[in-house]
Amino acid sequence: MSRTERQSWRNKLINPVLNKEFTLRMRTPRSMWALLAYLIAIGTLALGFMYVTQMESSGGGSFDPNASRIMFYFISMVQLGLIAFMAPGLTAGVVSGEREKQTLNLLLTTQQSSATIIISKLVSSLSFMLLITVATLPVYSIVFLFGGISPAQLGMVFLFYLFTMLAIGSLGIMFSTLFKRTMIAVIVTYGVMLFLFGGTAFLYLVLHQIMESINRSSASPVDFSWIGYILGLNPAAALYSVFDPSISSTVFRAGWTGSGQQSAPIQLWQEFLLVFTVITGASIAVSIRYIRPRLKKAKD
Amino acid sequence: MIEIRALSKQFGQFHALKSIDLTIARGTVFGFVGPNGAGKSTTMSILATLMAPTSGTAKVGGYDVTEHPKEVRKLIGYMPDFFGVYDQFKAIEYLHFYAASYGIPKSERDQLIPQLLELVNLTDKKNAYVDTLSRGMKQRLCLARSLVHDPELLILDEPASGLDPRARIEMREILKELKTMGKTIIISSHILPELAEMVDEIGVIEHGEMVAQGNVQDIQNRLRVKRILVIRTEGREQEAEDYIREHPHVKRVSRDDRGIHVHFGGHDEEQADLLHGMIQHGFRLISFSEAQTNLEDVFLEITRGGGGTE
Ligand SMILES: Nc1ncnc2c1ncn2[C@@H]1O[C@H](COP(=O)(O)OP(=O)(O)OP(=O)(O)O)[C@@H](O)[C@H]1O
Ligand SMILES: [Mg+2]
Repeated sequence: MSRTERQSWRNKLINPVLNKEFTLRMRTPRSMWALLAYLIAIGTLALGFMYVTQMESSGGGSFDPNASRIMFYFISMVQLGLIAFMAPGLTAGVVSGEREKQTLNLLLTTQQSSATIIISKLVSSLSFMLLITVATLPVYSIVFLFGGISPAQLGMVFLFYLFTMLAIGSLGIMFSTLFKRTMIAVIVTYGVMLFLFGGTAFLYLVLHQIMESINRSSASPVDFSWIGYILGLNPAAALYSVFDPSISSTVFRAGWTGSGQQSAPIQLWQEFLLVFTVITGASIAVSIRYIRPRLKKAKD
Repeated sequence: MIEIRALSKQFGQFHALKSIDLTIARGTVFGFVGPNGAGKSTTMSILATLMAPTSGTAKVGGYDVTEHPKEVRKLIGYMPDFFGVYDQFKAIEYLHFYAASYGIPKSERDQLIPQLLELVNLTDKKNAYVDTLSRGMKQRLCLARSLVHDPELLILDEPASGLDPRARIEMREILKELKTMGKTIIISSHILPELAEMVDEIGVIEHGEMVAQGNVQDIQNRLRVKRILVIRTEGREQEAEDYIREHPHVKRVSRDDRGIHVHFGGHDEEQADLLHGMIQHGFRLISFSEAQTNLEDVFLEITRGGGGTE
């Protein structure tokens, strides 16, 4: 690698847009309030959960590893929900917000490429989300205190968060690029979140019911284990399959009509990873393509 | 520096630009005038690579704006009619950010930015947050911003809009300075006198069409063909009015307490004939003068035909 190449790499890593995004984000008082609110929310829920389980466990106040593991699942799910709640708000305004504040045109006439602008905005939002989630680590220390969870599992969960933030963030930025108004971009992004968390689960259950009643009234029941793939789109189900891999086969087996043990064709989190890698890539590509108007006439 | 050929822009069914041609030589200060909605900002956005034309071409410094936008962006400093600032930045950081975005290394920026702040008279505000600056200061800051990469061409869309008279004068002084620095400047406005003393050429656009274009003097001369004469006689006003009306080059005559207003289509010679004839007919003239036509009149004169602009 030549010196100039290294130089340009360095410039790519800390480019002016990223620098600006970091500075402006950290100077916004709202960011600090968001961090505080987030920590309070997760802390309260964790303490509340502990309090309730303590009440229930008749034993003399000891916290057994099993309960500690359940608490870990609980906090992790809550955290996932908070991330899904926070990510659209942090990303769905990054392009449309500049358009509304009329700073976007000025940015677009600089020498910064569309890719640099989009990726810098994504990286800066991700960094902020990462900062917030890392700030919740002390909450997890309670869990470690009582055992039942390995650091590797915690690491896995955080990798999963990072991936989810990337996926939601890319979607948010794409909508922010495509829609002129931040309000609409935010609403659409939350709509997608609602579908992923609630819609997929609902669809799974409804289809399950329908298929089952069809099978009940027909002589030759059909295999409908494919409905399991729907839950693979659900971030919560995918995260759960990280904790407990057997959930995947349970989900798919629900539609299995044959006899015997059927293993899942794919782990839910694997499907989630695959599908959302594609969606993330596509969202980023669309954002880069549409942040600037198409100038060249289509040659065909 | 700028070469626009048959440039058109359509928004749906609406023709914002109808086949505009425009050539601006290097070092020229070009005033782009027209009423609201004429298509000035649209033309400028296309030149600034922010909008694709529907048809036609626009070149800046030999680069087609749609084919080589990145090269064009290097050459231009653009100041839009409406713009926002990043409130959380200090003035100096604001300029640093844009300079960095144009790939100017830190060491050069440290030299350049104080000079720019000096140019736009914001040195004492360099550590003020941008949102605490007044409108005029923001406007000047944005002008400094458009200069960070030392562009050859400045595209300034109504840089003085919304400024009070004093701030306008300040802005004009800065622009004069830029002119002496040899920049090509294209500046839009619907207030003509503001441009009159600093531009070399003007183009008048209306309803997406260039209705007049050229040297300021030429346009003024061309339009002064339709000069307005104000004639006062001592008595016999009605008679004088009737006499003038008969003159072949007179387009329109009206009379009020300031005298007889004559829209005159002839040149100097015919004007002298008219004066001579009146004296020969025994009219006692108090005054025979040419009303000053300034750019404002020129503008109104040119755009009157179109009408219907809000
Ligand atoms: N994005 C757009 N979509 C639809 N119509 C547009 C758009 N931008 C401009 N127009 C229309 O194009 C015409 C020209 O607008 P433009 O902004 O170029 O005028 P202008 O000469 O700059 O006027 P002003 O003096 O008010 O700034 C207007 O009628 C405007 O309504
Ligand atoms: Mg305009």
